[in-house]
Amino acid sequence: MTLMKQELRKGRISLILWTAIISFLLGVCILIYPEMEHQMNDLSGMFADMGGFSAAFGMDKINFGEFMGFFGVECANVLGLGGAFFAALLGISSLASEEKEKTAEFLLTHPISRTQVVLEKYCAILIQIAILNSVVIIVTLLSAFAIGEFPKDNTLALLFVAYFILQVEIASICFGISSFLDRGGSGSGLGLAALFYFLNIIANLTDQAQFLKYITPFGYTEGADIVATGHIELKYLSLGILFTAIGAVTAFLKYRKKDIS
Amino acid sequence: MNAIHTEALTKSYGKARGITEMNLTVEEGDFFGFIGPNGAGKSTTIRTLLGLISPTSGTAEIFGKSISSQKTEILSCTGYMPSEAFFYPNMKVGEVIRFSASLRRMDCQTEASALCERLKLDPQKKIRQLSLGNRKKVSIVCALQHKPRLCILDEPTSGLDPLMQREFYSILKEYNQNGTTIFLSSHILSEVQEYCEHAAIIRDGRILISDSTKKLGHTETKRVTLKGLTSLPPLDHVKDIQYQKDTIRFLYGGSPKELLCRLATLPITDVTITEPDLEEIFMHYYQEDL
Repeated sequence: MTLMKQELRKGRISLILWTAIISFLLGVCILIYPEMEHQMNDLSGMFADMGGFSAAFGMDKINFGEFMGFFGVECANVLGLGGAFFAALLGISSLASEEKEKTAEFLLTHPISRTQVVLEKYCAILIQIAILNSVVIIVTLLSAFAIGEFPKDNTLALLFVAYFILQVEIASICFGISSFLDRGGSGSGLGLAALFYFLNIIANLTDQAQFLKYITPFGYTEGADIVATGHIELKYLSLGILFTAIGAVTAFLKYRKKDIS
Repeated sequence: MNAIHTEALTKSYGKARGITEMNLTVEEGDFFGFIGPNGAGKSTTIRTLLGLISPTSGTAEIFGKSISSQKTEILSCTGYMPSEAFFYPNMKVGEVIRFSASLRRMDCQTEASALCERLKLDPQKKIRQLSLGNRKKVSIVCALQHKPRLCILDEPTSGLDPLMQREFYSILKEYNQNGTTIFLSSHILSEVQEYCEHAAIIRDGRILISDSTKKLGHTETKRVTLKGLTSLPPLDHVKDIQYQKDTIRFLYGGSPKELLCRLATLPITDVTITEPDLEEIFMHYYQEDL
């Protein structure tokens, strides 16, 4: 627990900033909805005629005139992309930063096993993701209530569950990669998150690239799909959970035997 | 009981040399010096003993416990001071010291305060504000506050001013008298000779010799000083010749009888034959063809 607390203390400024920025953008996005609502019905028709561009962002499947339709595409992307970048940075820096900042020698010469180090650092990542998402959910609900929108079904909850799993998956993959690095890998973490995002856009553009949805976690967090179908696509989600497990297990296996330079 | 015992301990980094077939024994309660120049393998040995790197082959035990399978138990009774002290820069000195104690699940407040006072270390300062010397002091406190059975120190005095070095060794002596085994690596031979009971010399990743510092200083090699000569006539087994006006100093590793016979033929005005100091012994082991 000592190391986990230390990790949470170390990452608190970053957590506060990312949470504040994502919550602010999401809140603003929701609060401007009433002003845009009457234009949205016209926009829905227009997006439906825009073919590939609309498909790329899932805008051909939902009704922008409804709050959940607007939220699923416009607002959820803020959490999707912002949360993915935050999770990537958390995961990629967790283990590698100890070597980059040369604190690994100090930490690992204390009576704490490598497995315990990885476990406590991984728990700290999950807690930080959970805190960010909790605040974002509260801000979303307050903002929605403020404009008189009361989500009736479980679509909003499904979106948040999907984005939470996406962040855990990206953080876990980056955590696994982090165990191989002895320098900070922020660039590669952010690059990986961006790559996943664009893979989903490519998959939306053409049926021939649909297989990419099995690779990117944005495949199962597609807001338009969740709003339209009312469920998370299990075939994509199950692979996402598998990648999460592979990332986390890789970190445990690699770090246990790693030579600390 | 042996505090440290290694058998054929080897760590190789591909083509780069690490340590080779190292056999080393340090008894519990010893004050042991580990001597060698930079790159000889001192830090690799220490990092292997502490489990930071895995040995390629061979075995090592600390207090009879295997470094491979009982690492956590070993680390709970060991203190370590690295050659370069790095901590979390945003933390205060006191926070680092408490963090170190809590990782050991111990309350070391009394001992930590006493050490901070002796080392003139301000616990309120931020780590990022500290000089190398002050970071070393934090390292000393973290290595000793839990009163370890074994304290491993890698080049401990670099960065400490002479007064603080003296205080540091005084602290180490006290811990040693209270039962802590001290294992320190250094290339400063005078401090090893002054403080250590036993020492080992490492060269190119191999232990050349391990013995008491007294015995290490007593070898067949002698330091010879001749007065009344400006040049040295041909003589076998001679090394490290130093000329100063009419005085010649050299290390002699051959037969004393041969040396005396040869000296009898020379117009010398004075002669001194002494045991070389540890520095000279060290040079002896580092000059292959003496």
